[in-house]
Amino acid sequence: MTDTRITRDEVARVARLARLALSDDELNALRDDLDAILGYVAKLSELDVSEVEPTTHAIPLEMPTRRDEVVQTLSRDEVLSNAPSAEDGMFKVPTILEGGN
Amino acid sequence: MDKGLHTLTLEQQLTQLDEGAIRAVELTEATLEAIEATDATVNAYITLDREGALAQAAAADEARERGDHGALAGVPIAVKDIILTRGLKTTAASRILADFVPPFDAAVVERLRDAGAVIVGKTNCDEFAMGSSNENSAFGPVQNPAAPGRAPGGSSGGSAAAVAADLCAAALGTDTGGSIRQPAALTGTVGLKPTYGRVSRFGVVAFASSLDQVGPMGKTTWDVARVLETIAGHDPRDSTSAARPVGGYCAAARRGPEAVAGMRLGVPREYMGSEGGIQPAVKEAVHGAIDALRDAGAEIVEVSLPHTEYAIATYYLIATAEASSNLARYDGMRYGHRTEEAADLAEVYARSRGEGFGAEVKRRIMLGTYALSAGYYDAYYLKAQKARTLIRRDFEAAFADVDALVTPTSPTTAFRLGERVDDPLQMYLADVFTISCNLAGIPGLSLPCGQDEDGAPIGLQLLGPWFAEERLCTIGGAWEALRDG
Amino acid sequence: MSSSEWEAVIGLEVHAQLKTSSKLFSRESAQYGAEPNTQVNEVCAGMPGALPVINERAVEYAMVAGYALGCEVHLWSQFARKNYFYPDLPKGYQISQFKHPICTGGGVDYLLDGELKRCNLTRIHLEEDAGKNIHAPNGSLVDLNRAGVPLIEIVGEPELRSADEATAYLKELRNILRYLDVCDGNLEEGSFRCDANVSVRPRGQEAFGTRAELKNINSFRFIQRAIDYEIARQIDLLENGEQVVQETRLFNHDTGRTTSMRSKEEAHDYRYFPDPDLPPLVIAPEWSERVKAALPELPGQKRERYQRDLGLPAYDADVLTQARPVAEFFEAAVAAHDNPKGIANWVMNEVLREVDNPEEGLDALAFGPAQLAELVQMVDDKELTGKIAKAVFAKMVESGQAPTEIADAEGLRPIRDEGRLRALIADILANNPAQVEQFRGGKTKLMGFFIGQLMQQTRGKADPGLGRKLLMEELNSDNEDG
Repeated sequence: MTDTRITRDEVARVARLARLALSDDELNALRDDLDAILGYVAKLSELDVSEVEPTTHAIPLEMPTRRDEVVQTLSRDEVLSNAPSAEDGMFKVPTILEGGN
Repeated sequence: MDKGLHTLTLEQQLTQLDEGAIRAVELTEATLEAIEATDATVNAYITLDREGALAQAAAADEARERGDHGALAGVPIAVKDIILTRGLKTTAASRILADFVPPFDAAVVERLRDAGAVIVGKTNCDEFAMGSSNENSAFGPVQNPAAPGRAPGGSSGGSAAAVAADLCAAALGTDTGGSIRQPAALTGTVGLKPTYGRVSRFGVVAFASSLDQVGPMGKTTWDVARVLETIAGHDPRDSTSAARPVGGYCAAARRGPEAVAGMRLGVPREYMGSEGGIQPAVKEAVHGAIDALRDAGAEIVEVSLPHTEYAIATYYLIATAEASSNLARYDGMRYGHRTEEAADLAEVYARSRGEGFGAEVKRRIMLGTYALSAGYYDAYYLKAQKARTLIRRDFEAAFADVDALVTPTSPTTAFRLGERVDDPLQMYLADVFTISCNLAGIPGLSLPCGQDEDGAPIGLQLLGPWFAEERLCTIGGAWEALRDG
Repeated sequence: MSSSEWEAVIGLEVHAQLKTSSKLFSRESAQYGAEPNTQVNEVCAGMPGALPVINERAVEYAMVAGYALGCEVHLWSQFARKNYFYPDLPKGYQISQFKHPICTGGGVDYLLDGELKRCNLTRIHLEEDAGKNIHAPNGSLVDLNRAGVPLIEIVGEPELRSADEATAYLKELRNILRYLDVCDGNLEEGSFRCDANVSVRPRGQEAFGTRAELKNINSFRFIQRAIDYEIARQIDLLENGEQVVQETRLFNHDTGRTTSMRSKEEAHDYRYFPDPDLPPLVIAPEWSERVKAALPELPGQKRERYQRDLGLPAYDADVLTQARPVAEFFEAAVAAHDNPKGIANWVMNEVLREVDNPEEGLDALAFGPAQLAELVQMVDDKELTGKIAKAVFAKMVESGQAPTEIADAEGLRPIRDEGRLRALIADILANNPAQVEQFRGGKTKLMGFFIGQLMQQTRGKADPGLGRKLLMEELNSDNEDG
């Protein structure tokens, strides 16, 4: 990860993965920014972490569990109240072509 | 009229309310008037809830008359606009949520309401809490009331400015890498980032879930202690919420300078060395505070946090990776901005998000997506999680030896608005003293500690072990007494 | 190469919805069939600030399934986010388990044409379901009622070699989950769903061929057809010198064919990472012990026990264990009357005929196992003839009355009163002197005629054994007298 500079194509690939439409100017600027940031974080390669466990949670925690009980907190109107488009009690979205995902 | 009720500390306001000398409605009106008079310039608030605030104030007055009121009854509080308020627009300072009206309250807002607090409005911040200057807001930058022309810091810049400009008694901020402490330092206010899990994150727009904490900002340690006592505590709706009793933070804040006698306070070598790019005035002021604490009987020892230099790299990989996933829900399907021009579903996603997010948010989503993507996960994300372990162990080792750490909050005082916007990496590097605290999950308190030659405030940071908020309040209260006495 | 020179390799991934009241990470109802978006809260809708809290029953059901299927159940497991964008996925990620699933290993033993086979499992993990997209004019509509319903994904090893094996494996797996009462196994409602990874290779080759993933198969019949079609398609491609493309294919119920989803998307990059909102799932040893101790007997174990301890043929053991309510009915009847084979015959030949869907339970029957046991006992005690017993059973089906009551009320018990029978026989002999003469002259075949007469007189109710014995006595004794 040390010397690899991120290419414009790679930036475009990541933007597609992140579902971000970017202008050419944005793509170029992001290439430069990411290049600089990745150059900086390459610092981590100095560390030998082969024997180190990753930290996912800062504090040692265990998962609390919840009883299997239904508690309703929102009405359908509340759920749909911020929808850009709704119809028949459902969120309306652009046509989904079968097989996406 | 003399200085006005709104300029009092939260403690003073509570005293006057308790004594019946003032009414909550009167106090709220004074605060609202001050906001209307000055906030066009400061831009601390995104949304003001005049009607709601007055109604809550009236209710607080009634409760006080009945003798059945909460701990913050009638006190005007501002809430960072990243914390959900039922029926009151919550934007995360983003275009993508510009019209979002939450159908539920965040846990901390519920607790404020239960305590009778008057929620005046929603404060400006960096978009999705991403930034250190409050310049990444879709609702415009915030002025630093303590240093005109300069940034108030970020991301909780609006909350800090609202406190500094007397536009609320106290405010809620969120802190992912210093977003409470750094603006507190830059505006001459007090800000406390609690231990991870001390305060519920339920209803708080997530930036980086393993780092985010809500905390109070105010004028004094006692003021933030009072708010922390209200908002802290276990919440079954947040699986990372700690099931531990809430401490007596206010009492701790009142123990006076003698309480630090015999405490061992550590000064991290890596924070005070020359390599940090630390501004001389900041270094001098912090040394002054350390000397004062020593004179009060604290034992000052040098400690080492050897992995400090890796903290920023670690933080920006972890925080952006989590953010890239947390911000996936803003897709224009169920709420939020949806583009007007798109040919198909894929375009609706990409354009809604492209139009809705600002530059810094996009930058972080891109970095985080990259760090998690196939082929890079181990080299970036996993490596950062392992480095995080080393950073956490640094603190564990330090706290085996000392009761708390004393450091500067920010290497510099407030910078000029616009000065750093074109260099994101430089902006990130300014978080050097605050970021490790979030990586380790420990609590941190920033307190005013003098000014530089231009009169810009300097911040002193106290760091403690997990759940040592009481101890931080004790040292903070002691420092205030030493400083002001 | 002829098709017999090819070997299919099939690996199945089953998504089973767990029968909990509330969702996996939210307190909303997980019930099927409600009005759209009426079972949605801030967590299900992926609203800003919403956080997941796990349902302990879902965890327990995953453990139950794991122990029952012989998996290693891990007391430490972790949830991860699977990131992708789709309108039915409100958060932009699915909470699932990735590196550290709750169960690994295990297997399903299933019967195919009387042969016991096994398919090993790779893993079982917990995850949340997505919502539903409904096509509408000028757009699609999204209903999030299903979003967040708990699922276990049961991933099988690619050890199945035919559509028949795949179907038998799935039926057994479904039956086990139903026995455990953790999943209702309803394919049509989507509570038991299957994706199939299918490839072919020349028989004898070790390396796997390129596989296609089949989706959208919602009945056992379709599973069979989809896999058969896909195997034939791939063999055809390869025999024509073409390549199988690694892709996802949809099964079309109408045409019986699979078609490529032809997604323009680049290869999926789900960017899995541990969910920072959820600490590791740590199961207390006492909890896991409690779950283990409470496991019910599974169909395979019952099959074995019925053959070993009850002496049933393999076929009977299989039929009786295909639905837990049937096995329980059978066992209850055997407990009341110890004739397993007799009861098995009645259950298989008569009781099951009266039940539309044995999986849904036998409660709709008017009678219970105790009545059936009584009926079989009466037959065994010669209280009823087989023929009459069937008539009594028909009455039981209608009224639910006890067989003894029915027999008494309808006068269906066999006539075993010797005096009465002898009197009747005396009349018959008196009225048929010619036949008596012939019988006594050696035409013993005429016994059938006399028994027929006796049955006619008693409307079939004479105890046939006793009747024959008495007839023999009367016919022979008169002979001696004469």
